[in-house]
Amino acid sequence: MSTFGHLMNGFAIALQPMNLLWAFVGVTVGTAIGVLPGLGPALTIALLLPITYKVDPTAAMILFAGIYYGAMYGGSTTSILLNTPGESATIVTSLEGNKMAKKGRAGAALATAAIGSFVAGTIGTIGITFLAEPVVNLALKFGPADYFCLMVLSFVTVSAVLGNSAVRGVTALAVGIFLGMIGIDNQTGQARFTFGLAELYDGINVIVVAVGLFAVGETLYLAFQKSSKNNDDEVIEVKDSVMMSKEDWSRSWKPWLRGSFIGFPIGAMPAGGAEIPTFLSYYTEKKLSKHPEEFGHGAIEGVAGPEAANNASAAGVLVPMLALGLPTSATAAIMLSAFQSYNINPGPQLFATKPELVWGLIASLYIGNVMLLVLNLPLVGLWVKILRIPTPLLYGGILVFATIGTFGISRSVIDLMLLYTMGLMGFFMRRYDFPTAPVIIGMILGPLAEQNFRQAMTISQGDMSVFLTRPLSASLLLLAVLALFGPKLWGMMRRKG
Amino acid sequence: MSDTDRSKATKGGLAKGDLAIAVGVVLLGLIAGWQTILIPQSAYAAVGPRAFAWATAVMLVGMGLLLVKDAVTGGWSHESDEFGEVDWQGGLWLAAGLIANIALIETLGFILTSTLLFICTAKAFGSIKLTRDALIGFALAFVAYVGFDRILGYKIGSGLIERLL
Repeated sequence: MSTFGHLMNGFAIALQPMNLLWAFVGVTVGTAIGVLPGLGPALTIALLLPITYKVDPTAAMILFAGIYYGAMYGGSTTSILLNTPGESATIVTSLEGNKMAKKGRAGAALATAAIGSFVAGTIGTIGITFLAEPVVNLALKFGPADYFCLMVLSFVTVSAVLGNSAVRGVTALAVGIFLGMIGIDNQTGQARFTFGLAELYDGINVIVVAVGLFAVGETLYLAFQKSSKNNDDEVIEVKDSVMMSKEDWSRSWKPWLRGSFIGFPIGAMPAGGAEIPTFLSYYTEKKLSKHPEEFGHGAIEGVAGPEAANNASAAGVLVPMLALGLPTSATAAIMLSAFQSYNINPGPQLFATKPELVWGLIASLYIGNVMLLVLNLPLVGLWVKILRIPTPLLYGGILVFATIGTFGISRSVIDLMLLYTMGLMGFFMRRYDFPTAPVIIGMILGPLAEQNFRQAMTISQGDMSVFLTRPLSASLLLLAVLALFGPKLWGMMRRKG
Repeated sequence: MSDTDRSKATKGGLAKGDLAIAVGVVLLGLIAGWQTILIPQSAYAAVGPRAFAWATAVMLVGMGLLLVKDAVTGGWSHESDEFGEVDWQGGLWLAAGLIANIALIETLGFILTSTLLFICTAKAFGSIKLTRDALIGFALAFVAYVGFDRILGYKIGSGLIERLL
């Protein structure tokens, strides 16, 4: 069947009333948590993972994808009105967006962010639609050795290239691999890293780690921080209407498109990372703008471009996740574990075995984007109200939900202790500037990398050279080495020359 | 970073907090190594269950040592230090709430301990409206219990109030 035919079948599934409802719930919850500072899609999806026991996979994935897309929209509202970016990918939006809001142009900033998100989200989803099959066809040629090398490449990029420090990134990744190692080795049945505790034989639930790192860790950090209490960051009021003037439109549409075409390919690479495209887009717009002097004082291009780049790269991340089974962000890693709890393995086979799931999900992304445009333009006032929830109540609520997400599925006090231990780790990681996403990615991707490595070695009868003699494996490893040492070598060469 | 930048940012010397973290990473690596030795050897597979476990241990020890080196030559955390002053009172309120949650959840049940946790957390963030926090905390825990346990099928367990529902 052609891509178009698949997509039409997908729409037939996504337009079923129940699935529409799941998409609506997803985008609404997603926008709300995107708006709330301190909450992100990874945490929310982790908290909702247990519903995978209750609902069918298509419904769950539509819900999760809705949350993922929704959070991208909601995050921009916060960075424009509050100047405390909800997540790193919206830092750039706050640069210009908050300045615009302070000048009384909050409505225009929110409008260009929402419409830009819609344009980019739709372009990104079109990208997924047409890129998925070529990637799948390529991936079908991958052997275990190639997969292993691909995972090594993505380990390197998510930990060593994207963060502030390669050493701290790789440390976080190794901690994640450590956590993923705990439990029974599924190939030999040996217990590993269990410290003799029977409770650890089944491994550590990714929910406990994600919720501990993101929710409990963040709460501890702020509770122990004096400056978080005398925070007089006022929510800026939206005085103008949420609309754009003719001039706003003419200054926004090109940044939207450029942002989309910067964001999507970078998101779709097996490296991921949503910050880089937003910064690239910002500097591109600054360079191309007819009003470069406005940058830093509220230039609309500086909101339109990065917001589009952010959403397009979020869509791009779904390509390696669905087509290769390769998560490149914390959220994608948790979505992957949702698939795993259905015993479904994302990757090229998924498109053949469960087309209704994949294409239903992709079609629901188009629908979700339309819903989000409506939710975020006329109804933006509702979200502004959410921003006014007092911090004490917000974090009290977060911890109650953290309890549900862990104790509520295992009824185990040990899980609760583990949750708070992870929270403590999250606190120190935040305090000492370690990235947390590599922990989740290492935890989910580590066991998969090991499995592929062992399969490759079984096929090659223990011959390590298989990773160097297969052209695909060798080039992926070479890329990984370049990504790891390239920047340093480049710097050394420049200093000499 | 050029050499002049570096000397401006750090005056050399030992960063105690950073060193503690770095040593912690080395220790975690050593624990991983210790646990790896305890994995029984397996003769059947080309690559046994130990290989990746060793790799993890080596990675942690290696990164930990690099961090130790960073820490004794000035450290890194001051470069992006946004934490500022410590609020012990707030932090301890939160810690008390978390410990109470662990200690009491099996006897009192989710709804009551969550209310308590909610109050403690609000207090940690400087709230002085005890009655408001208690009411909102209770309502939230109650609604969340009914929604997740009864409707979504989570198993949050029983307790003093849950028994009456």
